[in-house]
Amino acid sequence: MSNLLEIKNLKKYFSTPRGELHAVDNVNLNIEKGKTIGVVGESGCGKSTLGKTLMRLHTPTSGEVLYNGEDIAGMPMKEFKQKYRTNIQMIFQDPYASLDPRMNVLQLIEEPIKVNHKDMSKADVTARAKEMMELVGLAKRLEGSYPHELDGGRRQRIGIARALSLNPDFIVCDEPVSALDVSIQAQILNLLQDLQEERGLTYMFITHDMSVVKHISDDIAVMYLGQLIEKCPANEIFKNTIHPYSQALLSAIPIPNVHVKKERMILKGELTSPIDPKPCCRFAARCPYASEGCMEKEPELREVKPNHFVACHYAEKFMK
Amino acid sequence: MSKMRTPAMEKIEKKNAKRKKPVKSTPMRESWKRFKRNPTALIGLGVVCILILVAIFAPLIAPYDYKVQDYSAMMQAPSSAHLFGTDQFGRDIFSRVIYGTRYSLIIALFCTIAALFSGGLLGIIAGYFGGTVDTIIMRVMDIFQSIPMIMMAMCIVAVLGNGIPQLVAAIMFASMPTMARNNRAAILRVRGSDYIESSEAIGVSQIQMILKHMIPNAAGIMIIYFVGFLAVSIMMMSSMSYIGVGLTAPTPEWGLILNDGKAYLTSAPYMMLFPALMIMITCFAFNLMGDGLRDAFDPKMK
Repeated sequence: MSNLLEIKNLKKYFSTPRGELHAVDNVNLNIEKGKTIGVVGESGCGKSTLGKTLMRLHTPTSGEVLYNGEDIAGMPMKEFKQKYRTNIQMIFQDPYASLDPRMNVLQLIEEPIKVNHKDMSKADVTARAKEMMELVGLAKRLEGSYPHELDGGRRQRIGIARALSLNPDFIVCDEPVSALDVSIQAQILNLLQDLQEERGLTYMFITHDMSVVKHISDDIAVMYLGQLIEKCPANEIFKNTIHPYSQALLSAIPIPNVHVKKERMILKGELTSPIDPKPCCRFAARCPYASEGCMEKEPELREVKPNHFVACHYAEKFMK
Repeated sequence: MSKMRTPAMEKIEKKNAKRKKPVKSTPMRESWKRFKRNPTALIGLGVVCILILVAIFAPLIAPYDYKVQDYSAMMQAPSSAHLFGTDQFGRDIFSRVIYGTRYSLIIALFCTIAALFSGGLLGIIAGYFGGTVDTIIMRVMDIFQSIPMIMMAMCIVAVLGNGIPQLVAAIMFASMPTMARNNRAAILRVRGSDYIESSEAIGVSQIQMILKHMIPNAAGIMIIYFVGFLAVSIMMMSSMSYIGVGLTAPTPEWGLILNDGKAYLTSAPYMMLFPALMIMITCFAFNLMGDGLRDAFDPKMK
């Protein structure tokens, strides 16, 4: 399979009064066409920034994003809007806040079509929007409803319809289910999976919820403080976790069985500051296995097993 | 067995047929519903409506011409012939106050619209673009604000002379900074919303973003400020006329009528009482309405 998206040395720094905030630092990632890559990590690790940088909602500080071989990160905004805006879309985290409260369902879904296909007649736009509503499972009677009248699941369906109406190939799903009730989470995840099968979509699925990522991803990338620290196929990470941070993340998944006693790995300490970080392993301050070597050099992401990349000096030590 | 149709059933059917379809709930309608439930706001709105009617039909309501002097009836206390009494030139104060409503409302409206289009627009630009543009606009506004309103008005009048356009200009310049600051805050509140980012993601252009998403969503707050400013403008106008840098005689402006009466405060207090009451009632009504609008548009702000 070919790579739809190749991210090379992508960096996004924000200037703050206290220094440069390294939100995304030197991320390399290949995303295969038709697959789902799950990006996990705790709040503030830069996973949303990564998604938004791919969307060009943020302009990257440096690095390349090759979309079918063409760099979309460096190209002028105007060109990007013309050529790629419809190809890359995003589903937002909070369906309560990401829909304009003064537009009704039909208007919300018509908006992206209107904006990007200016030559389309009004009737065609409406027809397409209605088609989208059907596709994502929104009943016809909801056309005139306003977001505040709908539940979270329905609202997120609107968000999905808005993204899909542009016929994208690649969708950044930024925690699309974290604001929803568990019962509705499954509905939305299944909808996303069905749509992927039907339309050959490629997803970047950003989440902090390991059980969700297990359900939907082909590959998993774990981020910590702006850096990619482990990347491997989804089933591999659940069997052979290598990076200590990923181990801690996995041990946090609850098991629905009262008789299972599980050794939980609880991290001590706070996140180190992402502002002007020192050139050492960024996880070292919290890592239970950290040694002096960790403080001296920044570990690079390397392939320790076929298709299994880890950024840890002592990766071999943790391999089973 | 066939169904019997009793008169009672028919009555129910008729009632159901009459019942209107449920009205779709839009954010605007929700706000109006909240406004309707607020009695003080409705009183404010009612008084404002009456004032508008008075302004429109002033010639029909006023029993005398506001500038005709009647030397046979000078300084008369309120009576059935002169409801609010007469001033030192024998002019009917009731008629003058009624005509004054026209001046106050129209000029206040002009001042507020002028302030909205100057200060409000600058505030929207500052809020949307942020950064250097924001800093420059807001610092210039600070400079404006550092000059006291009355002093600014006196300078403008000294240079351009008395008159309605000068008065509007003076009030506009004086209210511009606050207007800019309020509108900037309204836009900033909307600017950080997720739906702005989501619109950016689907490729909405900057101008469309401002016109279609930001202004409609900030409109509620902007209307509140607008109504509040009407009251402020009336106050400013009256106080400027009172100290002699606003309108000139014989315009029946409330501040001017007050000024006419101030020499006779002890002997004929009614000369000041009625125009002062009108200023008070008008500002009070606008403020009540403004508060009601705030609660209606922004129930969380309470």
